[in-house]
Amino acid sequence: MELPRYTGITGDTPPDPGPDFAALAKRAGLTFPALSTPIDTNLSVAHGTTCVAIRYADGAIMAGDRRATSGNLISHRTIEKVFPADRHSGVAIAGAAGPAVEMVRLFQLQLEHYEKVEGSQLSLEGKANQLSQMVRNHLPAAMQGLVVVPIFAGFDKARGEGRLFQYDVTGGRYEEHNYASTGSGSLHASTVIKLGWRPALNRDSAVDLVLRSLIEAADEDSATGGPDVVRSVYPVVATISVDGYERLTDDELSDRVSQIYAALAHERGLEQ
Amino acid sequence: MSMPFYVSPEQMMKDRADYARKGIARGRALVACTFADGILLCAENPSRTLRKISEIYDRIAFAGVGKYNEFDQLRIAGVRHADLKGFAFSREDVDARSLANQYAQMLGQVFTHEMKPMEVEILVAEVGRSAGDDQLFHILYDGTLIDESNWCVLGGAAEDIDTRMSRVFQPGGTLSDALSAAVEALAGPERTLDATQVEVAILDRGNGRRTFRQLDPEQLSELLPDAADATSGPASASEATQPTADEQDPPALEGGQAPVS
Repeated sequence: MELPRYTGITGDTPPDPGPDFAALAKRAGLTFPALSTPIDTNLSVAHGTTCVAIRYADGAIMAGDRRATSGNLISHRTIEKVFPADRHSGVAIAGAAGPAVEMVRLFQLQLEHYEKVEGSQLSLEGKANQLSQMVRNHLPAAMQGLVVVPIFAGFDKARGEGRLFQYDVTGGRYEEHNYASTGSGSLHASTVIKLGWRPALNRDSAVDLVLRSLIEAADEDSATGGPDVVRSVYPVVATISVDGYERLTDDELSDRVSQIYAALAHERGLEQ
Repeated sequence: MSMPFYVSPEQMMKDRADYARKGIARGRALVACTFADGILLCAENPSRTLRKISEIYDRIAFAGVGKYNEFDQLRIAGVRHADLKGFAFSREDVDARSLANQYAQMLGQVFTHEMKPMEVEILVAEVGRSAGDDQLFHILYDGTLIDESNWCVLGGAAEDIDTRMSRVFQPGGTLSDALSAAVEALAGPERTLDATQVEVAILDRGNGRRTFRQLDPEQLSELLPDAADATSGPASASEATQPTADEQDPPALEGGQAPVS
């Protein structure tokens, strides 16, 4: 532990990291150096897949399936891809699971560290830009096959509404107004959302819509896992409203999933 | 050619200690105490923006009195230390005892080796899983580390406040009881402090992962009903003539507060 000295202004090196935890961790030698050789394609690296986020009446809802794959194999059935970033925002990730989870951990700490050092929270826009920089810094690894693409959603207390941000591998940050998705099943999931999304959906309809989108994505994309009723593994679904980030319980998800399945069977004329 | 005067080491240390103590005694005081659901930290501080009490980690809070820029440096060093340790190992490996030791090392080093000692007194508090595990580490300007139980007073007029605290404090009380005791002890018999004159934060055992919570003036007014009544009474009239803590002569810090090198 050393006393912080704000030497950045005077041009001394290395400059004081200020409230930037990523820079502090780098200075302390706690971050991994960039890879100098391409990743062996035969190495089995777990990949996470489909995540979606939509805006609803009270804020934003995020959801992600639970499957991770290594090539043709299912490597994990209970992985989580949707995380709270802080009290009023969440981050969902698709791509190489190891670096993705590491990025989330660093992002969470970055926000908390800033809040503690500065005594106030970053704005939602500021948080989205921070994530953008982290994705940009990850680009060398992405070029070697370890792609990580997050989506970020939060409740903007200044505006009193939910906001969504989508990214690309270069750190490009795009604000979405209705819905955002990432991962291999995102095409199918976003089509379902596109058809079902209405302005100011209530919580129940919004949760049903994201669940339906993941069910349909799992139906078309082998890397996306649907709700697993036998093992009782359900997608991670979280609402972000003025009350903060709140994950739905498995009990609630179980009820909703069985209702959706019943409705699907009914549509196909297969009454149970 | 001028000859440098010989100053004995004893004298040099005494001068430094006096200098630091005077600086600390000029400032307003701070009280921390335990209550049934956590730890209360209460400082006399009219500013809503410049804080004396802040969050270090999930279960750890920091409080400082004395020179603002000096304890703020220490605060940031603590946040960095804790966040780096939690990142390198695990969140549960971050503890107040190790942090307090680091602070003691740092203050001791500055006291003996630098031109000017730090004019600060700091507190590192950690809320335990149960009431018996709460910890209060009081660190003096020279690196003396004291493990306090139940309550702890920092800053100017600490001895008087400590005496008052020993009269009014009941262990295991509610938040409201603890707050009333702390505010009463800080104010003394001749003044009253209302919700806008104190800065209060708690480490709340039941607040999830991050236990630290700042209480705003509205919450304080609810918890301090007596003080709100008292300010409209005769006490507020005498308050205007009451000198602020900054203007008072520095009270001597002796006896129990004597530094142990």
